[in-house]
Amino acid sequence: MIAESLALSAVLFTIGTIGVLTRRNAIVIFMCVELMLNAVNLSFVALSRQYGVTGQVFVVFVMTVAAAEAAVGLAIIISIFRHRQTVNLQNINLLKG
Amino acid sequence: MPNFFYQFNFYLFGLIAIASALLFVTRKSPVAAALWLVNVMFALAALYVMLDAHFVGVVQIIVYAGAIMVVFLFVVMLLNLGDPKEISDVSGKWGRLAAGLVGLALIAQIMTLARSSAPPSLVQPPDRVADDLKALNALGTIAKPLFGEYLLAFEVTSLLLLVAIVGAVVLGRRRAAS
Repeated sequence: MIAESLALSAVLFTIGTIGVLTRRNAIVIFMCVELMLNAVNLSFVALSRQYGVTGQVFVVFVMTVAAAEAAVGLAIIISIFRHRQTVNLQNINLLKG
Repeated sequence: MPNFFYQFNFYLFGLIAIASALLFVTRKSPVAAALWLVNVMFALAALYVMLDAHFVGVVQIIVYAGAIMVVFLFVVMLLNLGDPKEISDVSGKWGRLAAGLVGLALIAQIMTLARSSAPPSLVQPPDRVADDLKALNALGTIAKPLFGEYLLAFEVTSLLLLVAIVGAVVLGRRRAAS
Protein backbone atom coordinates (compact mmCIF):
# COMPACT_ATOMS: atom_id res chain seq x y z
CA MET A 1 0.00 0.00 0.00
CA ILE A 2 3.05 2.28 -0.18
CA ALA A 3 2.20 3.70 -3.61
CA GLU A 4 -1.36 4.51 -2.53
CA SER A 5 -0.13 6.18 0.66
CA LEU A 6 2.37 8.30 -1.25
CA ALA A 7 -0.32 9.33 -3.74
CA LEU A 8 -2.67 10.30 -0.90
CA SER A 9 0.16 12.22 0.74
CA ALA A 10 0.79 14.07 -2.55
CA VAL A 11 -2.88 15.00 -2.89
CA LEU A 12 -3.09 16.28 0.70
CA PHE A 13 0.12 18.28 0.32
CA THR A 14 -1.20 19.85 -2.87
CA ILE A 15 -4.50 20.77 -1.23
CA GLY A 16 -2.52 22.39 1.59
CA THR A 17 -0.38 24.36 -0.88
CA ILE A 18 -3.43 25.57 -2.77
CA GLY A 19 -4.94 26.67 0.55
CA VAL A 20 -1.81 28.64 1.48
CA LEU A 21 -1.82 30.36 -1.92
CA THR A 22 -5.53 31.21 -2.10
CA ARG A 23 -6.65 32.05 1.44
CA ARG A 24 -6.01 35.38 3.11
CA ASN A 25 -6.93 34.68 6.70
CA ALA A 26 -3.66 34.18 8.58
CA ILE A 27 -5.12 31.52 10.88
CA VAL A 28 -6.49 29.47 7.97
CA ILE A 29 -3.14 29.72 6.16
CA PHE A 30 -1.48 28.43 9.30
CA MET A 31 -3.88 25.49 9.41
CA CYS A 32 -3.04 24.75 5.75
CA VAL A 33 0.63 24.52 6.75
CA GLU A 34 -0.37 22.00 9.41
CA LEU A 35 -2.15 19.99 6.70
CA MET A 36 1.05 19.98 4.62
CA LEU A 37 3.03 18.74 7.64
CA ASN A 38 0.47 15.96 8.08
CA ALA A 39 0.86 14.94 4.44
CA VAL A 40 4.63 14.68 4.91
CA ASN A 41 4.08 12.62 8.07
CA LEU A 42 1.94 10.20 6.08
CA SER A 43 4.69 9.61 3.55
CA PHE A 44 7.22 9.14 6.38
CA VAL A 45 5.01 6.48 7.98
CA ALA A 46 4.33 4.74 4.67
CA LEU A 47 8.03 4.59 3.79
CA SER A 48 8.98 3.47 7.30
CA ARG A 49 7.35 0.14 6.47
CA GLN A 50 9.98 -0.43 3.82
CA TYR A 51 13.01 1.45 5.13
CA GLY A 52 12.89 0.73 8.86
CA VAL A 53 11.32 2.39 11.86
CA THR A 54 13.40 5.60 11.63
CA GLY A 55 10.57 7.23 9.68
CA GLN A 56 8.26 6.91 12.66
CA VAL A 57 10.88 8.50 14.93
CA PHE A 58 11.03 11.40 12.50
CA VAL A 59 7.25 11.75 12.63
CA VAL A 60 7.48 12.17 16.40
CA PHE A 61 10.05 14.94 15.89
CA VAL A 62 7.90 16.61 13.22
CA MET A 63 4.93 16.61 15.59
CA THR A 64 7.02 18.23 18.34
CA VAL A 65 8.23 20.93 15.98
CA ALA A 66 4.65 21.45 14.75
CA ALA A 67 3.46 21.95 18.32
CA ALA A 68 6.20 24.49 19.03
CA GLU A 69 5.49 26.23 15.73
CA ALA A 70 1.76 26.43 16.48
CA ALA A 71 2.40 28.00 19.89
CA VAL A 72 4.83 30.66 18.60
CA GLY A 73 2.93 31.33 15.36
CA LEU A 74 -0.39 31.85 17.08
CA ALA A 75 1.25 34.16 19.62
CA ILE A 76 2.61 36.20 16.67
CA ILE A 77 -0.87 36.29 15.08
CA ILE A 78 -2.36 37.52 18.36
CA SER A 79 0.20 40.30 18.69
CA ILE A 80 -0.37 41.33 15.03
CA PHE A 81 -4.10 41.42 15.73
CA ARG A 82 -3.49 43.73 18.71
CA HIS A 83 -1.64 46.19 16.47
CA ARG A 84 -3.83 46.04 13.35
CA GLN A 85 -7.23 44.70 14.47
CA THR A 86 -7.16 42.27 11.54
CA VAL A 87 -5.65 38.93 10.51
CA ASN A 88 -6.37 39.44 6.81
CA LEU A 89 -2.99 39.30 5.10
CA GLN A 90 -4.04 41.91 2.52
CA ASN A 91 -4.11 44.53 5.25
CA ILE A 92 -0.77 43.52 6.74
CA ASN A 93 1.59 44.97 4.11
CA LEU A 94 4.14 46.99 6.05
CA LEU A 95 7.07 45.31 4.27
CA LYS A 96 5.54 45.63 0.80
CA GLY A 97 7.68 47.83 -1.46
CA MET B 1 -1.10 -9.32 -0.76
CA PRO B 2 -3.33 -7.45 1.68
CA ASN B 3 -6.85 -8.82 2.01
CA PHE B 4 -9.99 -7.15 0.71
CA PHE B 5 -11.17 -5.79 4.06
CA TYR B 6 -7.82 -4.06 4.64
CA GLN B 7 -7.85 -2.49 1.17
CA PHE B 8 -11.47 -1.37 1.49
CA ASN B 9 -10.75 0.39 4.79
CA PHE B 10 -7.57 1.93 3.42
CA TYR B 11 -9.38 3.49 0.46
CA LEU B 12 -12.31 4.49 2.67
CA PHE B 13 -10.13 6.47 5.09
CA GLY B 14 -8.09 7.89 2.21
CA LEU B 15 -11.24 9.20 0.54
CA ILE B 16 -12.49 10.61 3.86
CA ALA B 17 -9.15 12.41 4.27
CA ILE B 18 -9.23 13.92 0.76
CA ALA B 19 -12.89 14.98 0.98
CA SER B 20 -12.37 16.56 4.41
CA ALA B 21 -9.25 18.37 3.18
CA LEU B 22 -11.17 19.79 0.20
CA LEU B 23 -13.98 20.94 2.49
CA PHE B 24 -11.36 22.39 4.84
CA VAL B 25 -9.79 24.70 2.24
CA THR B 26 -13.14 25.82 0.86
CA ARG B 27 -14.96 26.77 4.10
CA LYS B 28 -15.22 30.51 4.78
CA SER B 29 -15.58 30.26 8.54
CA PRO B 30 -12.28 29.48 10.33
CA VAL B 31 -14.11 27.35 12.93
CA ALA B 32 -15.68 25.10 10.28
CA ALA B 33 -12.29 24.84 8.57
CA ALA B 34 -10.62 23.82 11.84
CA LEU B 35 -13.23 21.12 12.50
CA TRP B 36 -12.78 19.66 8.99
CA LEU B 37 -9.04 19.64 9.58
CA VAL B 38 -9.64 17.62 12.76
CA ASN B 39 -11.56 15.16 10.57
CA VAL B 40 -8.56 14.86 8.23
CA MET B 41 -6.32 14.14 11.21
CA PHE B 42 -8.60 11.39 12.52
CA ALA B 43 -8.63 9.72 9.09
CA LEU B 44 -4.84 9.98 8.95
CA ALA B 45 -4.56 8.43 12.42
CA ALA B 46 -6.58 5.45 11.18
CA LEU B 47 -4.22 5.14 8.20
CA TYR B 48 -1.16 5.25 10.49
CA VAL B 49 -2.56 2.36 12.53
CA MET B 50 -3.17 0.42 9.31
CA LEU B 51 0.43 1.10 8.24
CA ASP B 52 1.87 -0.57 11.40
CA ALA B 53 2.54 2.75 13.19
CA HIS B 54 0.25 2.33 16.18
CA PHE B 55 2.07 4.70 18.50
CA VAL B 56 2.21 7.44 15.87
CA GLY B 57 -1.53 7.04 15.29
CA VAL B 58 -2.32 7.53 18.98
CA VAL B 59 0.04 10.51 19.23
CA GLN B 60 -1.59 11.98 16.13
CA ILE B 61 -4.96 12.00 17.89
CA ILE B 62 -3.66 13.24 21.25
CA VAL B 63 -1.21 15.90 20.03
CA TYR B 64 -2.60 17.07 16.68
CA ALA B 65 -6.37 16.65 16.98
CA GLY B 66 -6.39 17.13 20.75
CA ALA B 67 -3.82 19.80 21.56
CA ILE B 68 -2.81 21.76 18.46
CA MET B 69 -6.30 22.16 17.01
CA VAL B 70 -7.68 23.22 20.41
CA VAL B 71 -5.07 25.98 20.48
CA PHE B 72 -6.17 27.05 16.99
CA LEU B 73 -9.83 27.15 18.03
CA PHE B 74 -8.88 29.09 21.17
CA VAL B 75 -7.17 31.75 19.06
CA VAL B 76 -10.11 31.97 16.63
CA MET B 77 -12.41 32.48 19.62
CA LEU B 78 -10.06 34.98 21.26
CA LEU B 79 -9.71 37.21 18.20
CA ASN B 80 -13.46 37.53 17.52
CA LEU B 81 -13.06 38.12 13.78
CA GLY B 82 -16.71 38.85 13.03
CA ASP B 83 -19.16 37.23 10.66
CA PRO B 84 -17.41 35.01 8.08
CA LYS B 85 -19.63 36.34 5.27
CA GLU B 86 -18.18 39.82 5.67
CA ILE B 87 -14.54 38.79 5.54
CA SER B 88 -13.33 38.54 1.96
CA ASP B 89 -11.01 35.62 2.40
CA VAL B 90 -10.14 34.06 -0.95
CA SER B 91 -7.64 35.67 -3.34
CA GLY B 92 -8.71 36.99 -6.75
CA LYS B 93 -8.74 35.29 -10.14
CA TRP B 94 -4.96 35.41 -10.69
CA GLY B 95 -4.20 34.08 -7.23
CA ARG B 96 -6.49 31.11 -7.81
CA LEU B 97 -5.05 30.47 -11.27
CA ALA B 98 -1.48 30.53 -9.92
CA ALA B 99 -2.48 28.22 -7.08
CA GLY B 100 -4.09 25.78 -9.49
CA LEU B 101 -1.00 25.70 -11.73
CA VAL B 102 1.36 25.24 -8.79
CA GLY B 103 -0.90 22.49 -7.48
CA LEU B 104 -0.90 20.65 -10.81
CA ALA B 105 2.89 20.91 -11.10
CA LEU B 106 3.35 19.63 -7.53
CA ILE B 107 1.03 16.71 -7.96
CA ALA B 108 2.69 15.72 -11.26
CA GLN B 109 6.13 15.81 -9.63
CA ILE B 110 5.16 13.79 -6.58
CA MET B 111 3.21 11.22 -8.59
CA THR B 112 6.28 10.71 -10.79
CA LEU B 113 8.41 10.23 -7.69
CA ALA B 114 5.90 7.78 -6.20
CA ARG B 115 6.16 5.63 -9.34
CA SER B 116 9.96 5.47 -9.35
CA SER B 117 11.65 2.74 -7.33
CA ALA B 118 14.31 3.19 -4.67
CA PRO B 119 17.89 1.88 -4.99
CA PRO B 120 17.99 -1.73 -3.77
CA SER B 121 20.71 -0.98 -1.20
CA LEU B 122 18.18 1.06 0.81
CA VAL B 123 15.37 -1.47 0.80
CA GLN B 124 15.07 -3.57 3.93
CA PRO B 125 13.61 -7.07 3.99
CA PRO B 126 9.80 -6.94 3.78
CA ASP B 127 7.78 -6.97 7.00
CA ARG B 128 10.77 -5.75 8.99
CA VAL B 129 8.58 -3.33 10.96
CA ALA B 130 5.88 -5.98 11.45
CA ASP B 131 8.52 -8.33 12.89
CA ASP B 132 9.77 -5.57 15.19
CA LEU B 133 6.21 -4.98 16.32
CA LYS B 134 5.86 -8.63 17.27
CA ALA B 135 9.17 -8.71 19.12
CA LEU B 136 9.13 -5.34 20.89
CA ASN B 137 5.40 -4.35 20.79
CA ALA B 138 4.13 -0.97 19.63
CA LEU B 139 5.98 1.22 22.14
CA GLY B 140 9.30 -0.60 22.14
CA THR B 141 9.55 -0.42 18.36
CA ILE B 142 9.74 3.35 18.43
CA ALA B 143 11.32 3.81 21.87
CA LYS B 144 14.46 1.83 21.04
CA PRO B 145 15.74 4.12 18.26
CA LEU B 146 14.29 7.24 19.90
CA PHE B 147 16.19 6.80 23.17
CA GLY B 148 19.24 5.15 21.63
CA GLU B 149 20.35 6.31 18.22
CA TYR B 150 18.45 9.62 18.32
CA LEU B 151 18.93 10.51 22.00
CA LEU B 152 20.79 13.75 21.23
CA ALA B 153 18.07 14.92 18.82
CA PHE B 154 15.47 14.04 21.46
CA GLU B 155 17.20 16.20 24.08
CA VAL B 156 17.63 19.10 21.63
CA THR B 157 13.89 18.87 20.92
CA SER B 158 13.18 19.48 24.60
CA LEU B 159 15.30 22.63 24.36
CA LEU B 160 13.26 23.69 21.32
CA LEU B 161 10.03 23.23 23.28
CA LEU B 162 11.42 25.35 26.15
CA VAL B 163 12.33 28.15 23.71
CA ALA B 164 8.86 27.91 22.13
CA ILE B 165 7.17 28.24 25.55
CA VAL B 166 9.25 31.30 26.46
CA GLY B 167 8.69 32.82 23.01
CA ALA B 168 4.92 32.30 23.14
CA VAL B 169 4.70 33.91 26.58
CA VAL B 170 6.86 36.88 25.55
CA LEU B 171 4.92 37.46 22.31
CA GLY B 172 1.50 36.98 23.84
CA ARG B 173 2.10 39.23 26.85
CA ARG B 174 0.34 42.56 26.86
CA ARG B 175 2.83 45.44 26.93
CA ALA B 176 2.99 47.05 30.34
CA ALA B 177 2.07 50.74 30.16
CA SER B 178 5.40 52.54 30.41
